[in-house]
Amino acid sequence: MTIIRIASGVGLLLGLASVQASAQAQALEGDAERGQQAAGVCVACHQADGMGMDNPGGESWPRLAGLPAAYIEKQLHDFKAGRRQNATMMPFASMLDDQQIADVSAYYAEMAPWPTLPTAYRAADPEDAAEWLANRGDWAEDSMIPACNQCHGPNGQGVGDNFPPLAGQHTGYLAAQLEAWRDGSRHNDPNQLMVGVAERLDEAQIAMIADYYATLPATLAERDAPSSEEDAQ
Amino acid sequence: MSLRRSQPLLAVTLVATLALSSAALAQDEGVERDYQIPLPEAPEGEVTFTPPHERDLPDNQYGDMVRKGRDLFVDTQSLRGEYVFNDQNCANCHLDAGRLANSAPMWASFGVYPAYRGKNDKVNTLAERIQGCFTYSMNGTPPPTGSEPLVAMQTYLHWMSTGAPINESLPGRGYPALEEAEQAPDRARGAEVYAAQCAVCHGDQGQGQKVGERQVFPPLWGDGAYNWGAGMHRVNTAANFIKANMPLGKPYSLSDQQAWDVAAFINSHERPQDPRRRTLDTLEETDATFHSHHGFYGDEIDGRRLGDHADFGENPRPLDG
Repeated sequence: MTIIRIASGVGLLLGLASVQASAQAQALEGDAERGQQAAGVCVACHQADGMGMDNPGGESWPRLAGLPAAYIEKQLHDFKAGRRQNATMMPFASMLDDQQIADVSAYYAEMAPWPTLPTAYRAADPEDAAEWLANRGDWAEDSMIPACNQCHGPNGQGVGDNFPPLAGQHTGYLAAQLEAWRDGSRHNDPNQLMVGVAERLDEAQIAMIADYYATLPATLAERDAPSSEEDAQ
Repeated sequence: MSLRRSQPLLAVTLVATLALSSAALAQDEGVERDYQIPLPEAPEGEVTFTPPHERDLPDNQYGDMVRKGRDLFVDTQSLRGEYVFNDQNCANCHLDAGRLANSAPMWASFGVYPAYRGKNDKVNTLAERIQGCFTYSMNGTPPPTGSEPLVAMQTYLHWMSTGAPINESLPGRGYPALEEAEQAPDRARGAEVYAAQCAVCHGDQGQGQKVGERQVFPPLWGDGAYNWGAGMHRVNTAANFIKANMPLGKPYSLSDQQAWDVAAFINSHERPQDPRRRTLDTLEETDATFHSHHGFYGDEIDGRRLGDHADFGENPRPLDG
């Protein structure tokens, strides 16, 4: 019994080690300087400062500056492979080889840090539907939607390489992604964690939460501003 | 017959029907109720109880105490270093701040206490039950009876249970019990489930993930996790929780076998010592006295015996303390 357990444990370790090794083999080292050259075609939409643009009524271009390099890299590979379908991005992503993808990702990741927001617990206002959805979710039986921040971190500022920041991203882009998950044109999320949640969000919740996160850095700055002025006096 | 008269009649009929049905129920359950026997697991059927909404909380001392309890429930880390000595929050295992059915909701627990518990062989009040969570799940020190944290949490639970029946097992209570696994829960299969489904949030070493100082995804083993005395270290409890609640946002997506296997994998890792080990001389004695259930405490895994250490994590009380 003991021997079998030990043997299976060793097999387990070997298995994990090989998974790690293959992950390392895939990851190419990105070079931001080379990335800048390869990113020439990106500027038209994502802007020279990588801040993208919100285009009400049209296709919004996401902010890339400060996104985790590994996240950008995965998205570019997924556009190329069709795991994330987008008519605008597909041809541009297809122009890049694996090294260029790594380089462009490093370039945008290093361009400017994503805004750092407060991490301390703060109770959500039960009268504020958007704040409630972000912090507490919607656990009605037919919704079962976890709080956005449970995965995307306090104030939606992102967690690691897999849960991108939402706060400070453009309204139109956030709403479009939720729609894309719902209609199946985007299905490249780890374990389909986002697909199920997006499918259970209704139109009003999508509009509300996209606007909430897009404006959150400004909202928080405004909320904390008066007290800092008082401190100054 | 006038409308005026038919209403009381209707009420009488209703009362009579209710009395009849509860009498029938009592008959079905057997001759006489033994109040020491733990309540049965949650009955099948639709969840009928809905806790009140926070927007209806009053602006007075009661409402403030509820809010305080809610804050402690969601951000139990605010008691870190005082009553909490790991990285956990109550809301990690009781989703939606303790409100979610099949996620051991507080509204289904409140009316169960006081209750006899085999775990410590005595009648436990709700306060003692919460204190137990601090000792085990939070690897901590129980807030004293009557202290504000405990009063706040009791008030939060009391408010949440407004209108819930007392001393009844309600649908949605606890975690829904899985059938026995078809194949014995297997750590190696569990490791595969973990790598594919859990590691993206909880990390490949079960370490969880933080943003700054804030724990976003809780650790599942190691010093930051629940200790060897917590209910969640039992494979069946964890499997039940996982099936109904994990991965977050994908309830009931794993097969029963996957839930069993991954629970075995998670709970066959080292974690802070069982606090009751302090009261006994050896691991063997602790294992025999407190661990005759489905868990890995005292078992040899990969050449090491789980629980064979004096590591209480961050809890400062030593083995002989």
